[in-house]
Amino acid sequence: MKVPLKWLRDYVEIRLTPAEIADRLTMAGTEIGGMTATGGDWDRMVVGQITAVGPHPNADRLHLVTINIGPEQPTVVCGAPNLTVGDKVVFAPVGARLTDPHSGQVVTLKTAKIRGVESSGMACSEKELGISDNHEGIMVLSPEAPVGTPLTEYLGDTVLDAEVTPNRADCLSITGIAREVAALTGQAVRLPDLGYPETGPAITEVVSVEIADPDLCRRYCASLVTGIRVGESPPWLQQRLLACGMRPINNVVDITNYVMLEYGQPLHSFDYHQVSGGKIVVRRAAAGEVLVSLDGVDRALTTDMLVIADGERAVAIGGVMGGANSEVTGGTTAILLEAASFNPANIHYTGRTLSLPSEACLRFERGISPELTVPALRRATQLILELAGGQAARGIIDVYPGRVETPPIRLTTARVKQLLGVEFSLDQIISALSALGFTCAGGSADPSMMVTPPYWRTDVKLAEDLVEEVARVQGYDKIAITMLSQPIPQHDPAPMPRLKARVGQALVGYGFQEIISYSLTSLKQLGRLLPEPHPLEPAPIPLANPLSADQEVLRPSLRPNLLAALVANRRHEDNGIRLFEMGRVYLPGTGELPDERDILGAVLSGPRQEASWHGGGGNLDFYDTKGVVEGLFRQLGVAVDFTTANDDSFAPGKQAAIVVAGNRLGVIGELHPRVLQAFEIPETTCLLEIDLAAPAPLTAAHPRYQPVPRFPATVRDLALVVEAAVTHRRVLDTLQGFSLLTQVSLFDVYTGGQLPPGKKSLAYRLAFQSPERTLTDQEVDQVEQQILARLAAELGATRRA
Amino acid sequence: MLEQLEALKTRALRELDGISQIQALEPWRVRYLGKKSELTGILRGLSGLALEARKAVGGRANRVKIELEDSLARKREALEEAQMASPQGGITDISLPGRPLPGGRWHPITQTIREISDIFVSMGFQVVEGPEAEKNYYNFTALNIPDEHPARDTQATFWLDPPETTANPVLLRTHTTSVTARILETRRPPIRVIEPGKVYRYEAIDTSHLPMFHQIDGVAVDRGITMADLKGTLYEFARRFFGEGVRVRFRCDYFPFVEPGVEMAIGCSVCAGKGCRVCGNTGWIEILGAGMLHPQVLRYAGIDPEVYSGLAWGMGVERLPMLRYGIDDIRLFYSNDLRFLRQF
Repeated sequence: MKVPLKWLRDYVEIRLTPAEIADRLTMAGTEIGGMTATGGDWDRMVVGQITAVGPHPNADRLHLVTINIGPEQPTVVCGAPNLTVGDKVVFAPVGARLTDPHSGQVVTLKTAKIRGVESSGMACSEKELGISDNHEGIMVLSPEAPVGTPLTEYLGDTVLDAEVTPNRADCLSITGIAREVAALTGQAVRLPDLGYPETGPAITEVVSVEIADPDLCRRYCASLVTGIRVGESPPWLQQRLLACGMRPINNVVDITNYVMLEYGQPLHSFDYHQVSGGKIVVRRAAAGEVLVSLDGVDRALTTDMLVIADGERAVAIGGVMGGANSEVTGGTTAILLEAASFNPANIHYTGRTLSLPSEACLRFERGISPELTVPALRRATQLILELAGGQAARGIIDVYPGRVETPPIRLTTARVKQLLGVEFSLDQIISALSALGFTCAGGSADPSMMVTPPYWRTDVKLAEDLVEEVARVQGYDKIAITMLSQPIPQHDPAPMPRLKARVGQALVGYGFQEIISYSLTSLKQLGRLLPEPHPLEPAPIPLANPLSADQEVLRPSLRPNLLAALVANRRHEDNGIRLFEMGRVYLPGTGELPDERDILGAVLSGPRQEASWHGGGGNLDFYDTKGVVEGLFRQLGVAVDFTTANDDSFAPGKQAAIVVAGNRLGVIGELHPRVLQAFEIPETTCLLEIDLAAPAPLTAAHPRYQPVPRFPATVRDLALVVEAAVTHRRVLDTLQGFSLLTQVSLFDVYTGGQLPPGKKSLAYRLAFQSPERTLTDQEVDQVEQQILARLAAELGATRRA
Repeated sequence: MLEQLEALKTRALRELDGISQIQALEPWRVRYLGKKSELTGILRGLSGLALEARKAVGGRANRVKIELEDSLARKREALEEAQMASPQGGITDISLPGRPLPGGRWHPITQTIREISDIFVSMGFQVVEGPEAEKNYYNFTALNIPDEHPARDTQATFWLDPPETTANPVLLRTHTTSVTARILETRRPPIRVIEPGKVYRYEAIDTSHLPMFHQIDGVAVDRGITMADLKGTLYEFARRFFGEGVRVRFRCDYFPFVEPGVEMAIGCSVCAGKGCRVCGNTGWIEILGAGMLHPQVLRYAGIDPEVYSGLAWGMGVERLPMLRYGIDDIRLFYSNDLRFLRQF
């Protein structure tokens, strides 16, 4: 809402600077997002009056114009078509800065000879002043404009850009802002006198109004003015509309817009002679009904929309836009003025459905008071009579089926203190509320009061609303700063944030960079992870209204975004890349909501070690990935196991499922060559994925303490030769059950020339230890022999010579 | 004999003084203190002397022995010290890079959320999370934002269900305040939680708008909680996050789920409040919206607003590191460019 300060001063005395006013309004809830001073660059320009218009000696289209600017009477060369002796115009002397109408650049006016005649200055168009795009002729000022006055003083203004919150429909008006300013600065509001001569016939004889659907229209008021002359609005009116960002159209339409800006009540004007039978019916649109709106568009209406109809047809979409069939035109001689109160939700629905957001919609949908209709209607009728002539019918139509009495609200000083934590006296409270137009009456039990909001404050319904009014008028800075003094609640454990912190910290320690990516992705991107024909099971959850095809579904997997991030970084990273994300995936759920699961995903690709003078270390591979998972679970204190997996995104045979307590929690592996190709990644890339919300508890129960060994261990190295197909895992399983064998670690795997074909060597370091005594060599020899015998029997293993 | 001992001592000590290598100490010891040394010979020959002479020479000889042994020990210590003080095996070029360890970092948004969470946790708040795909009810209705409320227009919404076709359609939450609605419904006062997470708005991407970003809402409900407590809690947050001496402003603002409503802004640190591009020439930077929970919101959750009151706030996360680090394009956070992420 643009608020020109000069206009605001019509209703409230302002003694503060514009910046101070802006600050008061901002602090009290209506943020002034900006201030524009118009006319700041009208240096040297003054109001002038044309005293003579004569022909140019050398050009038919140009004139020599003499302009009185006080003591001087300069003559300028002018080509404008609208030169009338006596008109007040804007005179720009040499040296003034104005907008070049052709280039749009700001230029400094110089003395110029035009077709042989010297011109020392010029009369300006609106475009040259930067007021509008109008360059049809020179700008004609109001006849009252004082000759010789600097233009900045006469036309310049400061316009506040008020960001009105959705609850304050009343502040979408100059008088509404004036009421705020008055309350915040201790001034009174002066509103226009709404009287006008009613010289026509009684309106009830020529106009009838029926509200068929009172749920959508609480009140409908109308006035009638006949014998009017439609034409241009006077300059002062046009300038105010322009300052508020509205284009002047004609005096009738301009007045309805002006009064809407002034009072906040949208109005509509019908060409009375196009309203069949002078009859207005406010009703829901019929199924299939079509109306051509003022902008010439065919509007297909639904039965949920409200129309204003005459005896035969719809003539407007109620509160949203008028119809072309009853539009006020240059030939209109009688107008029917409408000021009505429509259902906010319905206006919101209709405006949105027809994609017709308008200044009127904006006000109606925020819920303006039905009490506004009469003052706004009277004001508009008065202005029409003043500016377009004619006779007003006697009386107005006022159909008001939706009158609701607003009961007073009980407010106590205790309630104010209870919410604000600061004590305001009854007097302070009453003074704040009265300044805003609230009526306070004594309550039954002191100190309390019964408060009736003024009609324009449709947003105030509860004692809490009143408390805010008191606080914002007194100032939020009057409220103390205290810390919460209540007991801290007993909190049930919420393990997920802590688990994520631990998991992430481990990965950060292993050199992974955390990324955060969009939760939305595309079917195309997901398809790259799977073989043709990309059977995505279960189907990802689509958005009903995606912004773009790139973000059409909720991601069922972190994989595409991780790989996309890898690809984007590969272009500029020479070293290995390790990325992880902990975020949600969204799967179809069993209830109303999707199943959101917190997942850890990570990718590893490129050289294992940073390029360095210490030497390299090969490329990141499956075992780096497995090491990360092993390290992570060691830190979590949870035993982890790996089994074979069969995931289409991973290379066959180079993937494993992560198993905890018998549950598959995720997968690790090298990506399938097809996936690498689809993402255009040339080198081996590994990915790991762990479902953090899986049923197996990733937060281990506290472990039982094991005594630290008191007696030394005996260590033996044992190199075995086995069939190549025998896995490390089978060796480990075979070594189960030897009580003195406390630790087994694999330190070498060898296949090659020194072994028979089809064989491999696995070398283990075995630690033997007893909690009760130091073992003798003989005891250890004995166990080692048993171990070898069992390995030979179960795996065909032999000791490598 | 006594003169011989004196001369021996003088000679031995002079010789010891001239030694500069640890290896030379052992030959010296053998020469002067060993089994075949002159001193040992004198001590062995004592038995052949008269009692008086034996006492005199023996005492002196033993003192010389002790003196030489002490001198040797001191010399050894001095030489060892000197040896440790000088570089061994050549000089190390300390300017060569160390063996690189891979270094990872948290995303700056995660860092910010954890920093904020730590502040509120120390004030007794618990960190909780809620669903991102949410019912219309928790995102809007329970927060006193009925259908067709104009406040909905400011929160353009991604829908999973077309909103017109379902009674309680599912949407992507437009604010983490939806978690507040759930917490109020499932817990009873005293309540103190903060709710970080992702939120979604149907907005075209530019340097300050994304369809997905992060928020942290917070709520405390108990008997006797006041707006003074709200100001205190949020001021304490601002002081600890932005630093001692931060200027904080509380002004009236409107959010449907609170009454009275509050906006908290901090003084612009770029221009020190004079007005600049960062603060839109106002000198203030809006940090969060807040207020006292609307009685209707408490009532929806089955909490009696006559007995209990609550404070609540919600803040955008991205803005905070943008201010702190001078980041001018919000899109950088989710471009996941390592050259950006490694800076934090």
